[in-house]
Amino acid sequence: MRNFFNYIDRPSPIHRMTGASKFVCLLLWSTAAMITYDTRLLALMPVLGLVFFFFAKIRLKDVSFTMGLVGAFLGINLILLYLFSPDHGTEIYGTRHVLFGGGYFVVTAETLFYLLNYVLKFISFIPIVLLFVCTTNPSEFAASLNRIGIPYSIAYAVALALRYIPDIQEDYHEISQAQQARGIELSKKGGVIKRLKGAASILVPLVMSSMARIEVISNAMELRSFGKKRKRTWYMARPFRALDIFAMLFTALLVAAAILLNVLNGSRFYNPFV
Amino acid sequence: MSGISENGGGNAPAAVFEFSHYGFQYEAQQEPTLYDIDLVIHKGEKVLIAGPSGCGKSTLVHSMNGLIPFAYKGKRSGSLKLFGTETADLGIFEISTRVGTVLQDSDGQFVGMTAAEDIAFALENDCVSEPELHEKVRTAAGLVHIEDHLSHAPGELSGGQRQRVAMAGVLVADVDVLLFDEPLANLDPAAGMDAVELIDQLQQKTGAAVVIVEHRIEDVLHRAVDRVVLMDRGHIVFDGTPDALLSSSCLPPCGIREPLYIAALRYAGVAITEEMRPASLSTLRLSEEDKKKVADWFYERPQRKKKAEGAPLLTAEHVSYSYGNGRKALSDVSLSIREGECVAIVGKNGAGKTTFSKLVCGFLPLKEGKIRLREQDLDRLSIKERADHIGYVMQNPNQMISKTMIKDEVQLGLRLRGLPEEEIDRRYEKVLRVCGIWGFRNWPVSALSFGQRKRMTVASILVLDPEILILDEPTAGQDYRHYTEIMEFLREVNEAGITVVIITHDMHLMLEYADRAFVFTGGELIADKTGAEVLTDPALIEKASLKTTSLYGLALMCGIPEASEFAAHFVATERERKHQ
Repeated sequence: MRNFFNYIDRPSPIHRMTGASKFVCLLLWSTAAMITYDTRLLALMPVLGLVFFFFAKIRLKDVSFTMGLVGAFLGINLILLYLFSPDHGTEIYGTRHVLFGGGYFVVTAETLFYLLNYVLKFISFIPIVLLFVCTTNPSEFAASLNRIGIPYSIAYAVALALRYIPDIQEDYHEISQAQQARGIELSKKGGVIKRLKGAASILVPLVMSSMARIEVISNAMELRSFGKKRKRTWYMARPFRALDIFAMLFTALLVAAAILLNVLNGSRFYNPFV
Repeated sequence: MSGISENGGGNAPAAVFEFSHYGFQYEAQQEPTLYDIDLVIHKGEKVLIAGPSGCGKSTLVHSMNGLIPFAYKGKRSGSLKLFGTETADLGIFEISTRVGTVLQDSDGQFVGMTAAEDIAFALENDCVSEPELHEKVRTAAGLVHIEDHLSHAPGELSGGQRQRVAMAGVLVADVDVLLFDEPLANLDPAAGMDAVELIDQLQQKTGAAVVIVEHRIEDVLHRAVDRVVLMDRGHIVFDGTPDALLSSSCLPPCGIREPLYIAALRYAGVAITEEMRPASLSTLRLSEEDKKKVADWFYERPQRKKKAEGAPLLTAEHVSYSYGNGRKALSDVSLSIREGECVAIVGKNGAGKTTFSKLVCGFLPLKEGKIRLREQDLDRLSIKERADHIGYVMQNPNQMISKTMIKDEVQLGLRLRGLPEEEIDRRYEKVLRVCGIWGFRNWPVSALSFGQRKRMTVASILVLDPEILILDEPTAGQDYRHYTEIMEFLREVNEAGITVVIITHDMHLMLEYADRAFVFTGGELIADKTGAEVLTDPALIEKASLKTTSLYGLALMCGIPEASEFAAHFVATERERKHQ
């Protein structure tokens, strides 16, 4: 069954970490990747990411589809970045080493270096997101959100959303087929307006049938004492271990390093050209 | 700890629920839904509450589990006590520690990501510590035999298994009363029978009082119940033993179907008394004279003419299908449906019924085998093109409706096909008249009842002038009156010349309305015969997880070996009476 969380159950130290600490790590890691363009740090992060992949026993083929999509997206991005501003590297680094070409479509070492940093940012960030998605059991995630201080009603709302997403996907699929049979155009054959109208004719019944479900769910929850006490326990709860604390400290250090490098460099960019 | 005290004085078993002059009117309703209810449910008792849709039985359940007055607001009159305390003075959480409810919708009420979490839900909310949580979940799962599926997500469980999870989810809390709201509504026949047996076992193991709300009384009476409470229009019209109920004539006026063997006995002119123990076929005692009456009724049946056979319309040859995950959903299915027929496709969930119909409609790509409409290979046609010949009606009408006005909804398919305005109006009027909703044509969709919506969705497909109509469970969750209304309507459609294919696990429907039945199991087509033949073939029934009809048992009891003809005669007799 397809789910938002593409959880792959394998025994590994990373799987044994709590969802909350992995979530915190993810946030810190992406903050670090976001705030700096320091090539040295950005080069280190993908390497670390690969090491974690290895420890998590996630194989490349488990995520190859998503990787492919990300790769394609990244490629398009790079081309557009270059086309819009082939001289962007010079604006950042202040120097201009022309490698070849001329006029508007000049290729400079600075722009290539800038694009390299861009690629590094992507490949330090994406594998960690995938790692989080593949190693976090969604129910355990909800439990650990509650543990790090998020109210349990909100944590459970997250769990419920994850629980019913496959159902709603299934509904969507069925409604869409039945509506296509009535002649609604959803394929590329129809124009944009036609397809938008078509989408509406699926959304209306989808929303109506989902609304009907909400009453059942809220009754079922109330009849089994949801909200009875100020706290609740979790079947899937897991204790924090040393590795959780260590991982969070480690990623916090990465953020600190990113900030420090930005200060030392005097900007977000590491400049090898001067 | 709670404000509930047990008042078990004297020798009589203590009352769990005590209704006296109880009534309830929902806030948005003009009239009360329950009037002057007097009812006592004792400790350890097993009570069946039956009645047609809208009789107030759901409101009665909501009153018992505390959703009334705590979730549904309204005017309450008289008194309803749980172990001697007014329920209104307790909280819904306090009530839920004594009263466990298994709701009808086995998917919707599954709030956990996995079976184990769903079972643990009530305990989690009660802050039970983790080790104890795991142990209690295991124990409860063992009671309902679901312990091997604890890590499964709801999508990986069958309807029956999800219902077991729901049962375990209330058993963990050690309740005194188990309430089952229409437990058979979404189950295939064999799973329904298992559920009835399991409920019986649970009661014996836990000693809890059991209240079952269901309109299919024959199926519930597969295991003994102490009492049946019959409701109609917000009143209790009968409260007594099942034997007394079945020997009375209370059921038909309420729109509840009598067990088929009871109806057959009545057609044969047998007077049913309480002493005959009519509650179930296994307790029923018939005198030789009664048996002779039944045999005479059968052997003196008139010759009935058969429906003329049409030319083959839809033909499938060696159709196989596997889903992406390698699960084989259909293997080597060949069948032929003739023009003007009404056929049923039966089998338990996952048997391949839905996959087959999706292949026919083009919702799934056909990779192996051929499906032909007359001489035309369907493979070349898109979903939309097939829809001009083959109409598909989904189980839940709300999943098909995208417009707010009936007119727009029914005309949608025609407009999308760009037909001229006069043609649209002509077809629209014709189809609305056929479907009996011409009188409602200016109403908004929201004002229609479930049955009317069903008609409207059928109308919105019929308007496209298909030759074949495929319906997925057209009567799911409907009581006998609505079931009859929908099915008689489909019969008219069929008589107008449209071939009708019904996917169902309702054995009555197959027996009464289908000319032929295709029985699927594990992706294979294992039988192609009449409903009466299917339901009187124990080996086939066993293989396909169906359930024999009680007419089969009655025929054997009365020494009639031609059980399937017996069942067919019964159906024909019933139809003749209905049309008189």
